[in-house]
Amino acid sequence: MAVLSAPKIVSARAEYADSHTLSRFLATGGYEGLRKALSMPPEAVAAEVDAASLLGRGGAGFPAGRKWSMLRKAPTSYLVVNGDESEPATFKDHYLVERDPHQLVEGVTIAAYALQVNQAFIYLRGEFALGLERVQQALNDAYEQGALGSNIFGSGFSLDIVVHPGAGAYICGEETSLIEALEGKRGFPRIKPPFFPAAIGLYGQPTVVNNVETMSNLPWIISHGGAAFAALGEGRSTGTRLFALSGRVNNPGMFELEMVKNTFRDLIFDPALGGGIVGGHALKAFIPGGVSAPWFGPDELDLPLGQDEVAAKASMLGSGSIVVFDETTCVVRAAWRITKFFSRESCGQCTPCREGSGWLERIMFRLEHGGGRREDLELLLDLCDNIAPGLGWPPQQTTICVLGSSIPSSIHSAITMFRDDFLAHVTNDGCTHG
Amino acid sequence: MADSTETRTTVTVTVNGRAVEAQPGELLIEVAERAGTYIPRFCYHPRMESVGVCRMCLVEVDGPRGATLQPSCYVGCTDGMVVNTESEKVKKAQDGVLEFLLANHPLDCPVCDKGGECPLQDQTLAHGSGETRFIEEKRHFAKPIEIGELVLLDRERCIQCSRCTRFADEVAGDAAINFAGRGELIEVAPFPTKPFDSVFSGNTVQICPVGALTAKPYRFAARPWDLEQVESTCTTCSVGCRVAVQSSGNRLTRVLGVDSDPVNHGWLCDKGRFVIEAVDAEGTSGSYSDPATRLREPLVRRNGTLEPATWGEALAAAAAVITEATSTSTDGFGAIGGAALTNEGAFAFERLLRGVIGTEHVDAQYGDGLDPVLLAAIPRATIDEAAAACTVVLLTGDLREELPVLFLRLRAGAVKGTMNIVEIATASNALRSLSRVTLPTRPGEAHLVARAIANDAAAMAQLATHPQGAAFGETELNEVRRLLGDTGEGVVFVVGRPNAAESALVIESAIRTLASEYPEARFLPTLRRGNIFGALDMGLAPGLRPGRAAGSTGRGTIAQLHALVSGEQKAVLVLGGDLISNVPDQALAKGALAAARVIAVTGHGGATVDAAEVVLPVSVTHERWGTVTNLEGRVTAVAPKLVSPGSTWSDVAIAAELAEELGQTLGLDSVEATSVAIETTTGYPASTVLSEGDVEGFVVGREGESKPRRPLDPIAFPGIRSADLVGLAPRAGAVQESVAGSSVSVARVTSSDVSEVAVPSLALADAYALRVVATRRLYDRGEGVLGTPALRTLIPATTVRANPYDLDRLGVTTGDVVRATTARGSFTVAVRVDADVVRGTAEVHLNTVNDEGVDVVGTLVIDADAIVSEIRLESR
Amino acid sequence: MSHFRPELRQRAEETVALYPERRSAMLPLLHLSQEQDGYLTEEAMEEVAELTGTTPAEVRGTAAFYDMFHLEPVGKYVVGVCTNIACLIAGGEELLAHASETLGCAVGGTSSDGLFTLEETECLADCNIAPCVQVNHRYVRTTTPEALDALVEDLRAGKRGDEIPPHGTLIRVKRSGGLRSPAAQIADERANERVAREARTAKEGQ
Ligand SMILES: Cc1cc2nc3c(=O)[nH]c(=O)nc-3n(C[C@H](O)[C@H](O)[C@H](O)COP(=O)(O)O)c2cc1C
Ligand code: SF4
Ligand code: FES
Repeated sequence: MAVLSAPKIVSARAEYADSHTLSRFLATGGYEGLRKALSMPPEAVAAEVDAASLLGRGGAGFPAGRKWSMLRKAPTSYLVVNGDESEPATFKDHYLVERDPHQLVEGVTIAAYALQVNQAFIYLRGEFALGLERVQQALNDAYEQGALGSNIFGSGFSLDIVVHPGAGAYICGEETSLIEALEGKRGFPRIKPPFFPAAIGLYGQPTVVNNVETMSNLPWIISHGGAAFAALGEGRSTGTRLFALSGRVNNPGMFELEMVKNTFRDLIFDPALGGGIVGGHALKAFIPGGVSAPWFGPDELDLPLGQDEVAAKASMLGSGSIVVFDETTCVVRAAWRITKFFSRESCGQCTPCREGSGWLERIMFRLEHGGGRREDLELLLDLCDNIAPGLGWPPQQTTICVLGSSIPSSIHSAITMFRDDFLAHVTNDGCTHG
Repeated sequence: MADSTETRTTVTVTVNGRAVEAQPGELLIEVAERAGTYIPRFCYHPRMESVGVCRMCLVEVDGPRGATLQPSCYVGCTDGMVVNTESEKVKKAQDGVLEFLLANHPLDCPVCDKGGECPLQDQTLAHGSGETRFIEEKRHFAKPIEIGELVLLDRERCIQCSRCTRFADEVAGDAAINFAGRGELIEVAPFPTKPFDSVFSGNTVQICPVGALTAKPYRFAARPWDLEQVESTCTTCSVGCRVAVQSSGNRLTRVLGVDSDPVNHGWLCDKGRFVIEAVDAEGTSGSYSDPATRLREPLVRRNGTLEPATWGEALAAAAAVITEATSTSTDGFGAIGGAALTNEGAFAFERLLRGVIGTEHVDAQYGDGLDPVLLAAIPRATIDEAAAACTVVLLTGDLREELPVLFLRLRAGAVKGTMNIVEIATASNALRSLSRVTLPTRPGEAHLVARAIANDAAAMAQLATHPQGAAFGETELNEVRRLLGDTGEGVVFVVGRPNAAESALVIESAIRTLASEYPEARFLPTLRRGNIFGALDMGLAPGLRPGRAAGSTGRGTIAQLHALVSGEQKAVLVLGGDLISNVPDQALAKGALAAARVIAVTGHGGATVDAAEVVLPVSVTHERWGTVTNLEGRVTAVAPKLVSPGSTWSDVAIAAELAEELGQTLGLDSVEATSVAIETTTGYPASTVLSEGDVEGFVVGREGESKPRRPLDPIAFPGIRSADLVGLAPRAGAVQESVAGSSVSVARVTSSDVSEVAVPSLALADAYALRVVATRRLYDRGEGVLGTPALRTLIPATTVRANPYDLDRLGVTTGDVVRATTARGSFTVAVRVDADVVRGTAEVHLNTVNDEGVDVVGTLVIDADAIVSEIRLESR
Repeated sequence: MSHFRPELRQRAEETVALYPERRSAMLPLLHLSQEQDGYLTEEAMEEVAELTGTTPAEVRGTAAFYDMFHLEPVGKYVVGVCTNIACLIAGGEELLAHASETLGCAVGGTSSDGLFTLEETECLADCNIAPCVQVNHRYVRTTTPEALDALVEDLRAGKRGDEIPPHGTLIRVKRSGGLRSPAAQIADERANERVAREARTAKEGQ
């Protein structure tokens, strides 16, 4: 049975139809966290976040407190919020910016105060037209409330936040590429090292990049204390998390769940959550954390929804988006479509990703649509190996950024788990699913 | 030097099990190469920032998380680093990258210009599996698109290494090409309405690792395996870029920039790169008045017509002209020109003119230069010093147009952020956006500006008397003073003639002021012509003797032209270079040519040949060997790649034989012997340079300082590596004899030899007259450009540009055709609004023609004797 | 002469002032250009180059990296249908094919009346209501062919214009508060803060 007792931390307000308005925000504890934070020394605010063990919600799961402590000391530094959410099947940030933009703004202000940064940018995916309007409105309201701008709530601390629209490029979710886009350039990822944003980030200055959901947790953490957050979940995976469930389930949607306390089975099958597979079909496989992640089969259903637990099985919880395949799903088609996505979204700067993604996509296309050959399977795996040598997880890479080394995940998973499906496609000269 | 090596700490890295010393942070790819391990690469270029995008250079580096694949072009060495470049994992990764690069690459090597010298092809032959696993349809783009006047792009061949786009942005500072698109569809693209019209576009062709970018003039001209090459020095301007000159048969096919550390860093301008067409041009018309005509035999005028003659006849005719002209006085004869000669040729002619003929009237400049004695007296900077200076003051023309590669070197220094640029700005200038302080300076004011900088209040007051007032204030001056410091230590003044319509006295006076106020500063002079500094150093100038020694003075070029018109001087020896296209005051030059008896020593036809009585054809650049001297005073070698056509002779031979004809012996039997004579009499390292092929020349006055040649970028320099043809070895036949220069004693010019001429104060301009600023463009109607079909079309038409402030007053704007009036006449011309032009001035380009084919600037605007020229514009 | 309409030119200049470096305004300015012209005209890109201190080739090259920018004219309504993994499973490809038929244009093409351009998009982050459709980057939540047809009919009839403004996404995103030129003002405030702090320490020292 699913454990649903934990408080809603980031999605509590969203149950109201007017959750995005200032009045609802003020009526439901808005700015309490910020006021409290401003009454504390900045280091104490950072210490609360550290104590909360808040893992970044953008995909890599790096602890926010640790990241903040690594910020190089410099006269100017920046805070950049990553709202580019483009990882397929991920829709939590979309939900947060439309449904609770004030919470985000409050969180960003708290973080900026803790970091003593005076300029922050919220980079929002360009396709979030409504989200852009709502976040800008929340900022306008905050300026008017004295919760942003000069001398916030009389604390002496000043902050300006600029909403920056993206323009349609998945790679700009990668933090260094996002910084390039924010600098007005093509979203080409930078080579890490030396371009770890905490050392050399926006305009060459130290920069913290955090995800929208990561920021949205901060008002609660400061109001209730880091310990209260850390008391939820288990191990390194503390607090709650938004899980975005999609694919062949009866009840796709967004669920805020306490970390680790529930399993994938709970999420997919509990009537209060995913509600089981459409039409009572059997689950065939699922992706545990965005399309960059290697797939799981039914055997891993009882794995808890925790970062280290999933990592131990050589995949990742990533962006917290779970896609469910059942026996009616063609896995070759699924893997081809994911590869097509990477091929369209490769930034094009480094060779293995640019050329490899296109080549892989063409082979997968043939397998799915006719023209596949038996030897294509080995060729696929060998090309994948040339992009991510060893095909392990976390992947090694011949590319600049991990977009490249994520490309093999779906192909490798699909071939290893469902070789027979591929062979049937070869024999059938195309898809076997009608 | 010694102390800096002591303080430097080195680190030790292990490459394939062998310990190698390296500088901390030095790139792995370089360190490995030094240790004998060549790591394949495509995007890495040693003169640009690493980007690590092609991934060809991946190697294994041990780190905290075990050995990982890292781009060796990007990773800097740290102590104890362990690197493996040969492991199975590395091999597989590199082969994988190569296979990916080839996946979409067309198989058109047999018809590709790059075929035979292509790193991608080489790499494939060496490591490729031989059979392709890529059975899909390759990416297609429409065939070559013209991305500029000189460069074509074949997008299918592009491997997205970004060398060209980075060059345009990072090195040339003009990102006129850029990547467009994303992922697989990424392509190099110019802006549709603004083609890639950089004067550096040829460099992108040179550094493109594949055949994606090709130069129109070279396309299909030759196959790499037919090419032979020799290392030489470009003499298109006075920067002296080191080049590899390639030929196929006895035709020049291509010039590539060699990576000379102190000079050009591998870059060239498009003029230097493509002007070769003019050298061995057959001359379409065959007419002697056409600069494109290569002269092949001596000519003597008989009954008013130039006719081919034997050398004996021609030398006798020339000697007769000289003897008759000097029959009453040696003042009846003089010589103009010399920048097109080698140092050896210039030395031999100086001996002939002063020693044998006895005239003092010799001048290698054309009235558009600076006092040679002043130039010899001021402390000279090297290009490296200028590029590393804390402050550079520009009192010169637009370097991008006049000395393009010097522009690149200074720009690189300015971009690094260590250099402050101050402009004493008469004209617009491509370094403007990087300059710290711009002091707008009208013609006739530079000497006042220099004095104002030196705290002379009277000069500032005089500037303010212009109807539009002083063009800058004390704030700017104070900033300049701060940047110059008290003594000018670490400051380099880059000085030349920014304006051909302004008297040299103005600039010379400014230089004298700056030199005496800032004794620690150094000067980099920007006279532009090929070997002008060699010619001056060899004494082809009034008041100078070989070795920058002082001597009695004579007529300069303008004085000679006047003397020819008046009949005081009867005859003139023109040494290379047509007078009409070189002397800015064309009316004066034409008059002189009409009045004088002319002997021309030249390789090509032209107006001077048309007026000559005797023409002695000389071997020209790429046909001869010897030494030349660049603007720093660096002496480097030039080498022949072609056999001179017909019965042309070397410059040294012509001087020596003419002396014999006049009954004396110069004792200069060969280029080698002359170089030894130069070294013995002046101490200048001519013969040392000829015998030492692997150094970047020697700078005069900096004995012992020489840098060895850098290794070549194997991709920017494909021909040599991949086709393995004639390398850049020292030329055969180098002299063995080398003379130690230091033992020679010459009474070199000092500041006390510099004569001071006051600049007359100018009458107030009326409120509507504009002072003329005549500037030079890289592509003008000079002989080289006119002789090069690919460049000829790039010469701009004559326009007048002025500040919007002035044009608004006149009620005209860009595109309007106005009537322009000068002291010499009037003409119609189109105007352009340009906010970079100093208020109260009008900018025109020299050596261009209007739509009627008339060079109005040369004939109606410039007056060689005026301090400044004025122009009045009226809408018609 | 500005290619931008006066109010957009003013907004463009204000946008530039928001960033420490003007090139940062590139993406918002390109959005504004599309706001005005529907796609990126050469004149607009040249003006963006001037405003951001770049070359037109850089502006075009940068714009061409991003899917939302169009270098060719597009219809008044850009219809995007997602076929990425969650939508694929929910019939995204079929819906896309249907849209192509209804709109009368190929994927990537524009209908002959110039009203619609159809695009196949990557994941639009609305995967629980799949397949996901956006019109001019507004979620329309029409997951069935019938619903899509009804929407298209509405749009053809000129309805729903309020909900779905033509082109661009920034026209309604208006900053009303905040520091005018944040970089400059923040620098000032920090300097004041430092002076105040130094004055305090000096006093404490006495
Ligand atoms: C290809 C790629 C795409 C990414 N996309 C996103 C994204 O859309 N949103 C996000 O927050 N992080 C994304 N990330 C992760 C970011 O690089 C970065 O780790 C994250 O924003 C840090 O925030 P956090 O520490 O709060 O998680 C992506 C990473 C990669 C490699
Ligand atoms: S891996 Fe792909 S997305 Fe990442 S830098 Fe390389 S080309 Fe760009
Ligand atoms: S990545 Fe090193 S040479 Fe290209």
